[in-house]
Amino acid sequence: MAELLLELLSEEIPARMQARASDDLKRLVCDGLKAAGLSFGEARAFATPRRLALVVDGIPAARADVSEEKRGPRVGAPDQAVQGFLKGAGLASLDQAEKRDTGKGEFWFAVINKKGGPTADALPGIVDAAMKALPWPKSMKWGSGTMQWVRPLQGIVALFDGKVLAGEVSPGGQMAPVVFGNTTRGHRFLSSGAIMVTGFADYVAKLRAAHVVLDPAERKKIIAERSEKLCADAGVLLKGDEGLLDEVAGLVEWPVPLMGTIDAQYMDLPAEVLIVTIKTHLRYFVTTKKDGTLANKFVVVANNVARDGGATIVDGNERVLRPRLADAKFFWDQDRKQTLESRLPALKGIVFHAKLGTQAERVDRIVRLAGEIARLVPGADAAQVEQAARLCKADLVSGVVREFPEVQGIMGRYYALNEKLPAAVADAIGDHYAPAGPNDRCPSAPVSIAVALADKLEALISFWSIGEKPTGSRDPFALRRAALGIIRIIVENKLRLPLGTFFKAPDLMAFFAERLKVQMREKGVRHDAVDAVLAVGTKEGGNEDDLVRLLAKVEAVQAFLATEAGKNLLTAYGRAANIVRAEEKKDKGLAAKISGAPDAALLEQAEEKAVASALGAAEQAVRPALAREDFAGAMSAFAGLREPLDAFFDKVTVNVQDRPELRLNRLKLLNQIRATMDQVADFSKIEG
Amino acid sequence: MPVSNPSKPQCFQELILTLQDYWARQGCLILQPYDMEMGAGTFHTATTLRALGPKPWNAAYVQPSRRPSDGRYGENPNRMQHYYQFQVIMKPSPADFQELYLGSLAAIGIDSSLHDIRFVEDDWESPTLGAWGLGWEVWCDGMEVSQFTYFQQVGGIEVEIVAGEITYGLERLAMYLFDKKTVYDLPYNSPQSNVPMTYGDVFLQNEQEQSAYNFEHADTEMLFRHFADAEKECGRMIEKKLPLPAYEQCIKASHAFNLLDARSVISVTERQSYILRVRTLAKACCEAWLATQTKKEAA
Repeated sequence: MAELLLELLSEEIPARMQARASDDLKRLVCDGLKAAGLSFGEARAFATPRRLALVVDGIPAARADVSEEKRGPRVGAPDQAVQGFLKGAGLASLDQAEKRDTGKGEFWFAVINKKGGPTADALPGIVDAAMKALPWPKSMKWGSGTMQWVRPLQGIVALFDGKVLAGEVSPGGQMAPVVFGNTTRGHRFLSSGAIMVTGFADYVAKLRAAHVVLDPAERKKIIAERSEKLCADAGVLLKGDEGLLDEVAGLVEWPVPLMGTIDAQYMDLPAEVLIVTIKTHLRYFVTTKKDGTLANKFVVVANNVARDGGATIVDGNERVLRPRLADAKFFWDQDRKQTLESRLPALKGIVFHAKLGTQAERVDRIVRLAGEIARLVPGADAAQVEQAARLCKADLVSGVVREFPEVQGIMGRYYALNEKLPAAVADAIGDHYAPAGPNDRCPSAPVSIAVALADKLEALISFWSIGEKPTGSRDPFALRRAALGIIRIIVENKLRLPLGTFFKAPDLMAFFAERLKVQMREKGVRHDAVDAVLAVGTKEGGNEDDLVRLLAKVEAVQAFLATEAGKNLLTAYGRAANIVRAEEKKDKGLAAKISGAPDAALLEQAEEKAVASALGAAEQAVRPALAREDFAGAMSAFAGLREPLDAFFDKVTVNVQDRPELRLNRLKLLNQIRATMDQVADFSKIEG
Repeated sequence: MPVSNPSKPQCFQELILTLQDYWARQGCLILQPYDMEMGAGTFHTATTLRALGPKPWNAAYVQPSRRPSDGRYGENPNRMQHYYQFQVIMKPSPADFQELYLGSLAAIGIDSSLHDIRFVEDDWESPTLGAWGLGWEVWCDGMEVSQFTYFQQVGGIEVEIVAGEITYGLERLAMYLFDKKTVYDLPYNSPQSNVPMTYGDVFLQNEQEQSAYNFEHADTEMLFRHFADAEKECGRMIEKKLPLPAYEQCIKASHAFNLLDARSVISVTERQSYILRVRTLAKACCEAWLATQTKKEAA
């Protein structure tokens, strides 16, 4: 058993692409090994800014001969089929194939004898195919070549059992091929010359000596640990950030965290502005004091061991940060000289969307919607909702937001607090874009709820009205996110809000239903239970559009179906529904004839009487339970139906041939079961 | 602070001279700026047009770049409506292009044993030129000092041979090298010379006056007319199979558009259609140019 080591050295690979690319390389090479009939042990892939590496161990040194049979077309089949068969089997003519009678006629067969031989002969082709198939999100050609790679490819290490594989990759054009070898390069500045390697362990050790930490997980660990150490020494806490850590680990081969200082004069900037400047724009880690407020230290991760201990690097980074913070402070000071109210006219100058007018017009629509919603949100002060809705977009024309669009809303809140507007109004302005994703905070204060809902509903209704609906992967206006936001706000705050009253387009409610299913599935809710509940009209008429009630029903249905009684009743329900449906198919006029309660006088057998009486009892219990929205209660009322129904199906013949009045009455009884249960949900939508 | 290195540039003009000298030694032609207003060094025919076709081409030059809406009346430390780019183009892109670039940083006094130099993903796209490429912005201690691009498409045409392009923002680089908080404090010539001049001595008044022109006084009716005239003339020269004069008209149209944009007389929706019109011109010029660059000529 031997080891395959592969390294693809290139110019700097974008951080965001590295993890995916190393996984893809592993998958493609492993697939290639399997397809070639080669077994292997463990495969591990790694990435740094300049290289993808893969090690696969436990590969046999040689392959046995393999004989494989391939059945072709019938003898005498059209030439096209024969040619296809020959090509697929790698045969020159039918002389190399044999005829065989399979019992179903005579067919052509090809016997393909794959020569085994040294694994080393098969590997170069596998590597080449994997490289050609590797799906970079964006790739390019370089020099005079035609090959596509993420950035210019500089070298390939390809070793099997310590020996260089014979192979090369040609970039095309006039360019020299990249020949498989056993040499690589170390860190761009901390190492010079070629490094010769003999295998994975040697490779990792020599790279480390050349200032390259191959494993991204190890780089992350080094960054986290050394950053924390720096912070501890400075008496501050590192503000952890997994996304930033991933990105930074993809920007360095030899991580060297260094600590810088933020000028005291900028520390009174809003924390979010400091963070967006420091983190998003410069990829530094921020730090906090014991009380959770921002500290004046940041951590920058360099990719170099400087001979002055990093003093120049820290000084340079501080010099980059300073003017950016100076800009932010200038805008922050300027912005606070103006009220949000006085900014409103400027919104008339900003086009929201060519077909939907300006931000000012959008704000008018949000104000109107927020007013309607406010009536349905307990505790929402109408005047505060109106004020917050009117001002929620005013910060778009402030200096800070123009410079740092990421802090929209957040800044509006600061400006509102600064001009002493009610805290509920300020918070609603700050909250109105939330939740921005499944993990984002969801507004819970009444005024915030009204404005946040209005903002998202307005977007959905407006874009729907101009035909901009999300399709497939295209959702340029993030309408799916808006719908999920609405769902979360309503559900998490248990708002009783008939969504259907806010929009007329029926497919918009269907869009919500889809989003709801997606969101509920992640929480383990059955999509068929959602469908079953959605299919039932509400007592007000129309489809269920009260998400809280809908979810309560779904929960009750799902809980009931999880019980033994529920499962059996569902089977019985299915039988009843199937019989009725089958009969309805034969007789178009039947549906009208079997609606309503069965005639008690025509109930002959004890089993059917028992069902009728159980049905009556269930009906008695279900109606009040539904009226008080006790869906679990309604479902448990159904439980009593199960035993009589089982007995009914055992003993009673529904389709009595000679007594049509009896048949009709029994169908009525079965139909009644369906009708009663369907008051909660359409159980025919439940998948077994 | 970096240890003083006697050969490293001490002022703005020495920075330019050092870069020119360095790239001349790498085999680049040292060209002069194109004598027309353009938004970036990329618009110079030495880049846009020469990036197309099969012929090798290595050149370096300074290009004054005009961005009318970036004017700040000389009041912003580093935003200006007129600044300088140093542009390098090498086609086909050499295998050691990154090393050559790092050599230029060493030449201007950025010592890689003291600084943290990083290639951070930054793809480049010019909607008006119908061009894009992949590459990086180069960071020195967190400061963007250059843009590095491998051209993939120009004028809507996929390139035959890839050109590597490096753009240095000279003022910003100089502010970093000479530790100045504002561009106007940069030493333009040596502070030890008989008449030492700062960048502000040379350009502050220009920034003030040109900002006023760009934002307040430029005759928009005239500019709309210029745009339409240039667009028409460009089309006429394309018909005559004269891509170089045609391309100059394309550049004129582009600059007229930039001025109109600074005067805020173009709405958001119109803006897109103007960009598209310039791109159409650029595309036609590039196609006409490419037709003149046959393989036979290259041989």
